[in-house]
Amino acid sequence: MSREEIYEKLNDVFRDVFDDDSITVNDATTSADIDGWDSLEHINLISAVEQEFGIHFGMGQIVSMKNVGEMVDIIASKVK
Amino acid sequence: MNNYPFDAEEMLKKSRRMKRDLLADGTKRIHKKIAVLGGSTTHDIIRMMELFLLQQGIEPEFYESEYAQYFEDAMFGNEKLDAFAPDVIYIYTTFRNLRELPEMSMDRAAVKTLEDETYAKFEQMWKHLQEKFHCVIIQNNFEYPAFRLQGNRDASDYRGRVRFAARLNERFADYADTHENFFLHDLNYLSAQFGLDEWLDDAYWNLYKYALSMKAIPVLAFSVTNIIKSLYGKNKKALVLDLDNTLWGGVIGDDGVDGIELGEETAVGETYREFQSYLKEQKSIGVLLAVDSKNDEANALAGLNHPESVLKPEDFVDIRANWDPKSVNFTAIAKDLNIGVDSMVFVDDNPAEREIIRQQVPGAAVPEITENEASSGDTPSVSGPENYIRVLDRAGYFEVTSFSSEDARKSEMYRENAERRKAQASFADYGEYLKSLSMKAQIRPFEPVHYARIAQLTNKSNQFNLTTKRCTEADIETFAEDPETVTLYGRLEDKFGDNGIVSLIIGSEAMTLRDDEETLSRNGGRPAPAGEKALLIDLWLMSCRVLKRGMENAMMDALVSECSRRHIGCIFGYYYPTAKNAMVKDFYDTMGFTKVSEDASGNTVWKFQIPRVYTNKNRYIRVNA
Repeated sequence: MSREEIYEKLNDVFRDVFDDDSITVNDATTSADIDGWDSLEHINLISAVEQEFGIHFGMGQIVSMKNVGEMVDIIASKVK
Repeated sequence: MNNYPFDAEEMLKKSRRMKRDLLADGTKRIHKKIAVLGGSTTHDIIRMMELFLLQQGIEPEFYESEYAQYFEDAMFGNEKLDAFAPDVIYIYTTFRNLRELPEMSMDRAAVKTLEDETYAKFEQMWKHLQEKFHCVIIQNNFEYPAFRLQGNRDASDYRGRVRFAARLNERFADYADTHENFFLHDLNYLSAQFGLDEWLDDAYWNLYKYALSMKAIPVLAFSVTNIIKSLYGKNKKALVLDLDNTLWGGVIGDDGVDGIELGEETAVGETYREFQSYLKEQKSIGVLLAVDSKNDEANALAGLNHPESVLKPEDFVDIRANWDPKSVNFTAIAKDLNIGVDSMVFVDDNPAEREIIRQQVPGAAVPEITENEASSGDTPSVSGPENYIRVLDRAGYFEVTSFSSEDARKSEMYRENAERRKAQASFADYGEYLKSLSMKAQIRPFEPVHYARIAQLTNKSNQFNLTTKRCTEADIETFAEDPETVTLYGRLEDKFGDNGIVSLIIGSEAMTLRDDEETLSRNGGRPAPAGEKALLIDLWLMSCRVLKRGMENAMMDALVSECSRRHIGCIFGYYYPTAKNAMVKDFYDTMGFTKVSEDASGNTVWKFQIPRVYTNKNRYIRVNA
């Protein structure tokens, strides 16, 4: 799956979770850029992303992701 | 939309949108304040509870304790919780909250002490909360631990942690069984049903301090909100059943009564028989059964009289077997039983019939059972008659939170009513008919033995209900014990049977004021006490099964007599319109009250000045004889 395809799916997940159709994320997007993305919503986001891509993040990965770019790196490494 | 089996992941992901849609759908909801005192993270649990409650007709407002502060909040309180004044407190604790557990080095006495102390901590907390808030308390029991040090022996050894959880659960159950307004939320069953390995997810615990996995959260929330909706009268009341391929295998019109599959001879026949037994048991908790089938009536009855049929024609309060659209029959059944279509569950294996009911009868519950092997569309559906019981059971339509002897007799009462209707038809004069019923009533102030039934009535009655005030047992107890509150319950019996407690009045005493110009000017602009007490009727309701029997007259007479005893000079009645209570819009007018005011939303205030000589209105019922 290309990064573009991953982003396309990821945008849908973000839009659903934060109920905002105007959201478009990119490599540099962080929690500070999105209304409502706090530590509690992060849990929900991670679980929705896991479901969408049929993957499972490791505990270390969840804690260390700095921005959406890093999330996409991990997704890309897990989906073929 | 979120009926079992619901899509947990979809709900978690799209909860914000779902909430917005639910709030905008125009449903009238009751407002309830729910405090969630958690022993671990509860954020998403509350988010899911909110969705389910909105769907069940309750608009919740939440208090959420700080992380894992359940015990501190309960025992030492805090201003925010005090000011919140919850209607319901949900104590969300899990096995993770058992900080001290039995160790292999402990002797029996030490383990027993540990068990006693652990239990005492909880009991002390419940008592304290009940004393302070007089509200409903819902407490989780414990799921089993994630691992077993001794393997199987963990369930039998006195130090075993499986056994420790089981013993605590038994003591929690005992408390719930013997205390009012306290309800056990069976986390133990729920986690077993879900699968303990799926339920527990250490990653979520270590990362976020969630004591269960994310996908289990909607299941938990649904289960606990079922208790809450049941408490506030949002349970379903009736199962409306199809016949062919729902109660038996095959089509009786084609296959004949000997051709249908029912009974122990085949696996499929046995499956349908078990489903019928399950349905028959529903009767014992007060669920009404009716038939809505496309069949000739003779065929329908032949099927129900099949020697292997557990359900017989007399188990049903209404049998409609004809060729009308099912939606027409469904609505007619609702009318016949005098209950709302939103209190009825439509059970039919045919997806097309289910769709008709969904479209034609909004509000009806339509579980996704299907006889065909293939599942249809996107909704996860559970196929095969072997799954019918599970689908109905997990849906929680009839969650029992109170059980009165009247529930067990409910079907019988509805049938007695049918006999009364027949009797009525044979009298030309309605008064003669009423006389022939030999009615006897007891009308008395609320008594403790009846608190459960009284609270239940306030939550179940919608149509003949002037203010639609909902009460918990704790509320009822408070009213009954307050010397300045008038409480009356009415119980009605006739020659066909006992209707049980069917009518309630709650009124509070108030001083009347003079605010005419002269008084105001004499008193520096302040109204003055008029020296006459008034009674404000906070609640007046009657069960619809005794409509047009004159019971309201007997209640009015008893009310006036009680007011006179208390030297109360006038009575104020209030009518608050809802979607269901239009039938009593002019009730106070017929009782001889005068309308005092009406606001833009149709709320009306009525006054009855008790005359020096009051003539009893009741003519057909012998009261307190």
